[in-house]
Amino acid sequence: MDLFNKPNAKLPKIKKDAHVDAQIPDGLFLACPYCGAQLYSKQLGEHRVCPTCGYGFRLQAYERVHLMTTAFEEWDADLTLETTDFPGYAEKLSRAKSQTKLKESVLTGQAVIENETVALGIMDSYFMMGSLGTVTGEKITRLFEKATTQQLPVILFTASGGARMQEGINSLMQMAKVSAAVAAHQEAGLPYFVVLTDPTTGGVTASFAMQGDVTLAEPHALVGFAGKRVIEQTIHEKVPKDFQRAETVLENGFIDAVVQRKELPKVLAQLVKFHQPQGGR
Amino acid sequence: MVSLFRRELTPVQIVKRAREDRFMAREIISGVFTDFFELHGDRYAGDDKSVIGGLANLNGEPVTVIVIDKGSDINDKLAKRNGSPEPYGYRKAIRLMKQAAKFGRPIITFINTPGAFPGKTAEDQGQGEAIAQSILESLKLPVPMIAIVYGEGGSGGALALATADQVWMFQNSTYSVLSPEGFASILWKDAKRHDEAAAVMGLTPNDLLDNHVIEYIIPESRSHSRVFSLIRAKLTEEIQTLANMPTDKLIAQRRARFRKF
Ligand SMILES: [Zn+2]
Repeated sequence: MDLFNKPNAKLPKIKKDAHVDAQIPDGLFLACPYCGAQLYSKQLGEHRVCPTCGYGFRLQAYERVHLMTTAFEEWDADLTLETTDFPGYAEKLSRAKSQTKLKESVLTGQAVIENETVALGIMDSYFMMGSLGTVTGEKITRLFEKATTQQLPVILFTASGGARMQEGINSLMQMAKVSAAVAAHQEAGLPYFVVLTDPTTGGVTASFAMQGDVTLAEPHALVGFAGKRVIEQTIHEKVPKDFQRAETVLENGFIDAVVQRKELPKVLAQLVKFHQPQGGR
Repeated sequence: MVSLFRRELTPVQIVKRAREDRFMAREIISGVFTDFFELHGDRYAGDDKSVIGGLANLNGEPVTVIVIDKGSDINDKLAKRNGSPEPYGYRKAIRLMKQAAKFGRPIITFINTPGAFPGKTAEDQGQGEAIAQSILESLKLPVPMIAIVYGEGGSGGALALATADQVWMFQNSTYSVLSPEGFASILWKDAKRHDEAAAVMGLTPNDLLDNHVIEYIIPESRSHSRVFSLIRAKLTEEIQTLANMPTDKLIAQRRARFRKF
């Protein structure tokens, strides 16, 4: 059986959800966070990319679904777990939920990218800085587990400020929990492709973001473990401008390719095809 | 546990004690094991002095020992960045884990680190990737692995060597997502509120035992040799049990240990 060419028709077609539109009004004047170019937001185009330097502005998870896939069926949409009653945490969570229309910092599901069926995860930096909470870790773990059962490749778009402080040690444990699911997916001979988006830092970098078979990044995405300020305080010197930027990390040997946002679906589909089992298994 | 302790310390007091260097790496190695033979280097970038590793005997059985060491005097501490490993320190640990796997040796790690080193070179050499691979490799090991936090267990830099079958802690040690200073500075933008942070973080051995993050608290004593004898006996017993499990069960159980969080 050809496991990689499942019929696509089963998945719902992507339609533009109302809340996906116009996070940034067209007339808004803004500066590129990377190169500083002054731009009208409509100059960014549908892909929200700086026309001067190619930097991809941070996207909400559903915007990314719309740009990258032709069909998407969400998994574990309503997953909730008991979490800590840390002071102020519940309020922070509900604010993040109403601001993003997400229930956690990651969206997972089955998707079709240029005719290739994959298990897809998209982290959202607008949801509590994409921090790694228990539900975030659980959804990504289930993504890998389901992908292993269904023999699907995993594509994960990472974006994270790091640990979810309010959840304390449980946040740290997510790094190991997801890694265990990655290990089982690897052992099943299935491919895992990471796309590092701006910013991918902390515990996410120190676990599943750096465990892929092929690691891509969007132009100028910040990719690192420790924060710039902590590093400068520790070594008593300023770090260079391109420190921890995707191009530097590529140069240092930890990224396979930096890919323009609009090229990503094609590149990802090609990578999936490269990893299709030959002659059945 | 309570009867073992003269009095319950507050989390703030435990944080302070955990940083006092009451137990030193070399002392632990020679106190718990015999015939330690040190192995150096990650084979790519160098030898991280903050990660001491090698072969030793535990009650006559060969084991691999990996210890994060903060250093003793000021020069030693500088060379070891007060127990903050560089990426090649974690890669040295990975090398020794794989070697242990090849020869069927159990692995015992001892952890005392404020966290992985936050430096420019460390980032350029892939600090995140080194920790990520150490975690992943640990989850695939076909041999028993027990991790013991003997001072500070700080963040991903500690987890890198604590993705084990069992995790134990010394009575006066801590294990946390970040230091209380870092926690306060991220959450409240004020590192000076570290005591307040320590109180709510759940970083003490008792808290972590309650949350099933660890399996055992090692009672401390002024007689270090008594502590080491206890560790030796407990390690021998637990490793025996783990080593008797079929490999696939052992690995599945280790992964399940983290699946519950
Ligand atoms: Zn730009």
